[in-house]
Amino acid sequence: MNIVETPLPGIGVRRELTLTTGRRVGVVTHRDGQTELIVSRLDDPDACAASIPLSADESAALGGLLGGTKLIAQLSAEQKDLPGVSTQQFLVHDSARFAGGTLGDTQMRTHTGASVVAILRQGSVIASPRPDQLLLSGDVVVIVGTDSGLAAAADILQSK
Amino acid sequence: MNDTTLSLIQLGIVFFGLGVLGRLAGMIGMSPVPLYLLGGLAFGHGGLIDFGGIEDFGHIASEIGVVLLLLMLGLEYTANELVTGLKQSWLAGVVDLVLNMAPGAAVALLLGWGPVGALVMAGVTYISSSGIIAKVLSDLGRLGNRETPVILSILVIEDLAMAAYLPVLTAVLSGVSIAGGLTAVGVALAVVTVVLVLALKFGHLVSAIIDSPDRETFLLKLLGAALLIAGLASAMQVSAAVGAFLLGIAISGATANNATRVLEPLRDLFAAMFFVVFGLNTDPASIPPVLGFALLLAAVTSVTKIATGWWAASRQGIRRLGRARAGAALIARGEFSIVIAGLAVAAGSVPKDLAALATTYVLIMAVFGPIAARYVEPLVTLFQREPVPAL
Repeated sequence: MNIVETPLPGIGVRRELTLTTGRRVGVVTHRDGQTELIVSRLDDPDACAASIPLSADESAALGGLLGGTKLIAQLSAEQKDLPGVSTQQFLVHDSARFAGGTLGDTQMRTHTGASVVAILRQGSVIASPRPDQLLLSGDVVVIVGTDSGLAAAADILQSK
Repeated sequence: MNDTTLSLIQLGIVFFGLGVLGRLAGMIGMSPVPLYLLGGLAFGHGGLIDFGGIEDFGHIASEIGVVLLLLMLGLEYTANELVTGLKQSWLAGVVDLVLNMAPGAAVALLLGWGPVGALVMAGVTYISSSGIIAKVLSDLGRLGNRETPVILSILVIEDLAMAAYLPVLTAVLSGVSIAGGLTAVGVALAVVTVVLVLALKFGHLVSAIIDSPDRETFLLKLLGAALLIAGLASAMQVSAAVGAFLLGIAISGATANNATRVLEPLRDLFAAMFFVVFGLNTDPASIPPVLGFALLLAAVTSVTKIATGWWAASRQGIRRLGRARAGAALIARGEFSIVIAGLAVAAGSVPKDLAALATTYVLIMAVFGPIAARYVEPLVTLFQREPVPAL
């Protein structure tokens, strides 16, 4: 993947990559640390359809969501030979009962048979979390299980 | 009422009035510079109200305003960016210089202002307003556009060109011969090169001397150093503005960022005063006779800036719409055109009409530039939608 870095004198730096569809997607980092997400236009690839200012928390959260994609793809590929087992990710909402509690508190494995294989937080991956791992609001929890197990796991994580 | 009381009241009215004008400009998304100039015209000799009481303060405040404008211009780009910009876009810089200096010089010669007037007007029509343009690009969400680095690199070169132009202008304004002017060019180029090298190699040292963990002492050291260097440069006939500009280039990294943050409000205050004083010293009655020339210059130099941007963008493989955007973005002239005209007027070696022409020209360009940048896209698309004649 080729990331192109362009200095913007007096403003900051632009880092972008050109997708296989020809669109440019990237980030403008201002000197004062402010970040903008940019997406190029379809009809005019020189111009931008959007440039969206992001706060530090917002960009970390967005990075987390995107960073998980690859992990999910790998897990799904590994489970291809196990019929009936799949991977899904769930967001821990502010209002969720277990936000602020530990993974062990949810007793997910006991009740659903599904297991948490990773937690995505602020752009980083917490792999194979232990039962004493804290769950925070905004975390994305990656769970492997059967369809019914996953549905039950979703109920637990979304319970208020 | 004694003099001080009167000055305080007049100064209060001027600043408050400028604040209201600036807010008005902000609400309709335009640069406050033209409104400050209009404010100065209204308050000055021959204007609506004659404000003689602020002349003493206005004089020194506007000098400080110029020093701060140039210091912040120097801070805007790192020495690294300047050198890279020079290497990558020097040709675009030359095209920009030739195309946009020529109309100003031609009109000055036409009006019989001689070579000095021509040099001044060449500078006025050459220099785009990096302040207005950076804000417009950011407001229109164009920082991600492919043509944006092209626009910015032209601004960087103009910035460097100023470092060579200002000492020459100062030398010529003080009445030296052509040979003296050439010596000034040589000295200026040598000094700029030395400062660039120093800034690249020892920028952290300059920064370390100026830097301070405490905001207050940092501000005092920074302002002190700027005025000191500006004064010394002025004493050496190199122009105070250039001294401040070079100090700005030499300060680098985190110190430069902090310096920008600390100086911004001061710059806004003193620069506003500079624009007002420039307006104050321009007689509104002298504007109508030069209005025709100002409009002509505005039209011609809009076209030449569009041509510059179009050509520079096309060299980077940017499509027609992007080329048009690059050209239109460069149209805005502003603070530095007034700085140049201000230096000339202060030296007293150009006719009074020059101030009127420069004021009128900048009033037009500072307002028209951002409008052109905003509406160039729909305009070009409109033309492209027209049926192409079959060949």
